[in-house]
Amino acid sequence: MTPGLVVLAGRYLDWGVISISVTNAAIIAAMVVVFVLALVAPFPHDRDDDGERRP
Amino acid sequence: MSARGSTATAGRNWTVGLRTWVQGLVPSGQALPDRQPVYVASWIYVFGVLSLASFVVVLASGLVLTVGGSLWWHTSSLGHFVNSMHLWSVELFFATMVIHLWGKFWMAAWRGERALTWVTGVLLFVSSIGTAFTGYLSESDFTSQWIAAEGKDGINAIGVGAFFNILNPAQMLLWHVALLPLAVGALVVWHVILVRRHGVVPPLEASAPEPARVGE
Ligand code: HEM
Repeated sequence: MTPGLVVLAGRYLDWGVISISVTNAAIIAAMVVVFVLALVAPFPHDRDDDGERRP
Repeated sequence: MSARGSTATAGRNWTVGLRTWVQGLVPSGQALPDRQPVYVASWIYVFGVLSLASFVVVLASGLVLTVGGSLWWHTSSLGHFVNSMHLWSVELFFATMVIHLWGKFWMAAWRGERALTWVTGVLLFVSSIGTAFTGYLSESDFTSQWIAAEGKDGINAIGVGAFFNILNPAQMLLWHVALLPLAVGALVVWHVILVRRHGVVPPLEASAPEPARVGE
């Protein structure tokens, strides 16, 4: 075994046929977090938008 | 020159046909609206435009890479920087596009005659993956050689190897810098025109009084 190659190959998560690198799993998890934040985070808006008034 | 004054002489010709077609693409006032229905005030609606913005950075950094060429982007620090801009804008493009896709999927955004918008989105997703793939094959380093050698059997197995030879770097580079970006660009234009044509889809719970179309 060449330790250098093992380091380059990165760490993998394995569930049966599913094999995914820790990096890719972390990116997908981060995307899910951003998706959920996009749904729940308050969206800034102009006070004028609350009424029917137009500037 | 007023358009109204010219109608008597214009009659039917290609110019008039083209003008009528262009004018009918999007209801008047809906090309670049500055107000949107209240339900659009949510971050999830920003991801389409985020994909669009990252795509513009992808195109711009890619064009700079074509000026210097592979020796430049592999050896100079400015070349490395532009190469990284290109890679990371692609990462953002895919992340924001997929979050956009998730949003549209969970709000069933193909409702109300928006099926073609969804279909052009699917085509964008698939053709973007093809563009990224030919990009990895155009790095001109050991990584791209490795990917080409590993991928060729798969491509041959689906029967397209004779026309799309991933071991041919010149063909892959040309697909990557000309054919596929043009296809993705044209699809983006079509997709966005369709969105402006139909207006942003109302949330599921508000879909009952559907007939009211934006722009009417
Ligand atoms: C290059 C990638 C893409 C770009 C630049 C893009 C851009 C946009 C923009 C600016 C909108 C306006 C509404 C919003 O942003 O929420 C939109 C709407 C929409 N997109 Fe995309 N999109 C892309 C990919 C996709 C994909 C992959 C799908 C799904 C397969 C999709 C499906 C839709 C649908 C159904 C709508 C209309 C729904 C509505 O009215 O809110 N798009 N797109």
